[in-house]
Amino acid sequence: MTWSKTKQKIIEPAFSNNEGAEGKRILCYDEAIREALQLALSRDKRVFVMGQGVDDPDGMFGATRNLHLEFGPERVFDTPLAEGAMMGVAIGAALAGMRPVYFHNRPDFLLLAMDQLVNHAAKWSYMFGGAAFVPLVVWACIGRGWGSAAQHSQALQGLFMHIPGLKLVMPGTCHDAKGLMLAAIADQNPVLILDHRFNFNYKGMVPPEAYTVPIGKGVIRRKGRDVTIVAVSHLVIDACHAAQEAAAYGVEAEVIDPRTLRPLDEEIILNSVAKTGRLIIADCGWKTGGITAEIGAMVAEKGFTYLKAPIKRIACPDLPTPAACNLDEACSIGRDNIKKALLELTR
Amino acid sequence: MKLPEKTLRQLLFEMMRIRQIQLAIESRYLENEMKTPVHLCIGQEAVAVGVCANLKKYDYINSTHRGHGHYLAKGGDLRALIAELYGREAGCSKGRGGSMHLADTTIGHYGSSSIVGGGIPIGTGMGLAIKMQKKNKVSVIFFGDGAADEGVLYESINFAVLKKLPVIFILENNQYSVCSKVSARQAGDNIFHAMPAGLLMTKKVNGNNVLDVYNASLKAVARARTGHGPSFIECLTYRIRGHAGCEVQDVPGYRPVGEIERWKTLCPIAAFRKKLLTNKMITLNEIKKMEKKIDKQIEDAFAFARTAPPPKPETLPLYLFRE
Repeated sequence: MTWSKTKQKIIEPAFSNNEGAEGKRILCYDEAIREALQLALSRDKRVFVMGQGVDDPDGMFGATRNLHLEFGPERVFDTPLAEGAMMGVAIGAALAGMRPVYFHNRPDFLLLAMDQLVNHAAKWSYMFGGAAFVPLVVWACIGRGWGSAAQHSQALQGLFMHIPGLKLVMPGTCHDAKGLMLAAIADQNPVLILDHRFNFNYKGMVPPEAYTVPIGKGVIRRKGRDVTIVAVSHLVIDACHAAQEAAAYGVEAEVIDPRTLRPLDEEIILNSVAKTGRLIIADCGWKTGGITAEIGAMVAEKGFTYLKAPIKRIACPDLPTPAACNLDEACSIGRDNIKKALLELTR
Repeated sequence: MKLPEKTLRQLLFEMMRIRQIQLAIESRYLENEMKTPVHLCIGQEAVAVGVCANLKKYDYINSTHRGHGHYLAKGGDLRALIAELYGREAGCSKGRGGSMHLADTTIGHYGSSSIVGGGIPIGTGMGLAIKMQKKNKVSVIFFGDGAADEGVLYESINFAVLKKLPVIFILENNQYSVCSKVSARQAGDNIFHAMPAGLLMTKKVNGNNVLDVYNASLKAVARARTGHGPSFIECLTYRIRGHAGCEVQDVPGYRPVGEIERWKTLCPIAAFRKKLLTNKMITLNEIKKMEKKIDKQIEDAFAFARTAPPPKPETLPLYLFRE
């Protein structure tokens, strides 16, 4: 398999649906992931896809739809509701030379597999001095809304970012959803991809060929001189919209999409803050000990002298998500929160 | 089943070797130079040896925190084991794993977990890979009675049966999890003994009788290699030493002294040795020669390990990821 020869695309021209994409092919988010899997399954016989419901008619929000028909039930298969053991099964298969992609409906259910993910997958290479390694992709989709409530709405990226030995990827565009999935499959290590359910509303430019987006490299989605916004997953596009709206008030925000939270592209963030002196971090996970805390601490530690104002963090309140629509909405963050923070910071 | 004398002598030799190595580790343990929690398998040698005698070099094994015996029986390098206990770069896990995390991929040992039951699904997944790759290998998983308390065993066997995987589950029942007796933790016989034989071959054997273990696992290996699916073998044995460390470090009071003494008389090595001597398949002189040969290997391994350099501090971040 020639993953090493797969073309790498570092810069993606467009952040939103159509900008810079005239004449280019537009795909939905689910189609982009599905195309990545289809290419990987065709190119590499070690690759297989497993998970509860991957062969459902819905096919994991469309990301795995009908792949079992194309590649057969040996390579695309449903699993028992045994997250702990099945994560171990995926690890074992990876150790023995396969390239499993293990799909989970929700990160909440990943908690049942924490032992295998944290104690085993993340440790295996280091604990045996590199003798064995685990090329494993785990995917889960953060959901929320419609009364999904406390156990179906959690954005647990902060928890996973804490673990050395796990790579953590959160794409924000269709282009990256495909390129990062292929990069994760090509990687020799356990990679966790967390997608947000809202991303599945996106359409965007997606090249048809196989390409990878490098893990550990962020990208500037919008250039600006006044404020840096680091936004994660679906909030990247929200941040771009908020920045456009704030531009009417004379505020030029730079939007950074880290794409990978671990390893984190610290350089791209620090370089931007060096220029703007102001930082907003937006993530849909909890605030305490989360993504915004970590990125904030990193900048305070390494870029303190750049800062002209306190760092602003936009994150989910430290509460379980309630079911009632109005209460759920109060836990949700998006374009308006980012715009408000932008204007406050530059007032 | 009648085995060639050469095989029988080999089984004795392997058990003696594991025992002598364990004793050698134990006798040096209080020097505090092996700074790692050792979990000795003294008294349980017949399980590792009886099973591994049926395996090829390329077959997989998955082991536990009490894994010295499995590693050695499968053919793991002795110098690399002892160097690992001394925390050396030349250790089988480059000093990063310690006693509980041994690996030697050249003999199909892809690492052992110290999370009780942790290796069970991993070995199952290796069985899945074997099936998908259409290889003629088997995946053997060693685990203790403590791991049989864990739900992941149920989940893994269910999956192995569902997918008819070439996996052999070896329950090494040494009757204790740290200080908790199995009867305080489990309601009765393991539920898998009640599975229909067509789905899961199950067997209970005297884990202190190397031939019983050998014969049961011979059938299980044949079944796995011919695509007939998984097996579950419970080997009843006994942990002569405490949970971790050497004999004097075993806390008194959680089990009757008489129980330990009784199990010492059921020693798997003494019994087998006597059997071979009685049947004139080996002489005392030959046994002495074996002991000497093993002692020489042990002296060599300890000399190697003691003088081998520790990992360089600047290598601390290495191996977190595979490049």
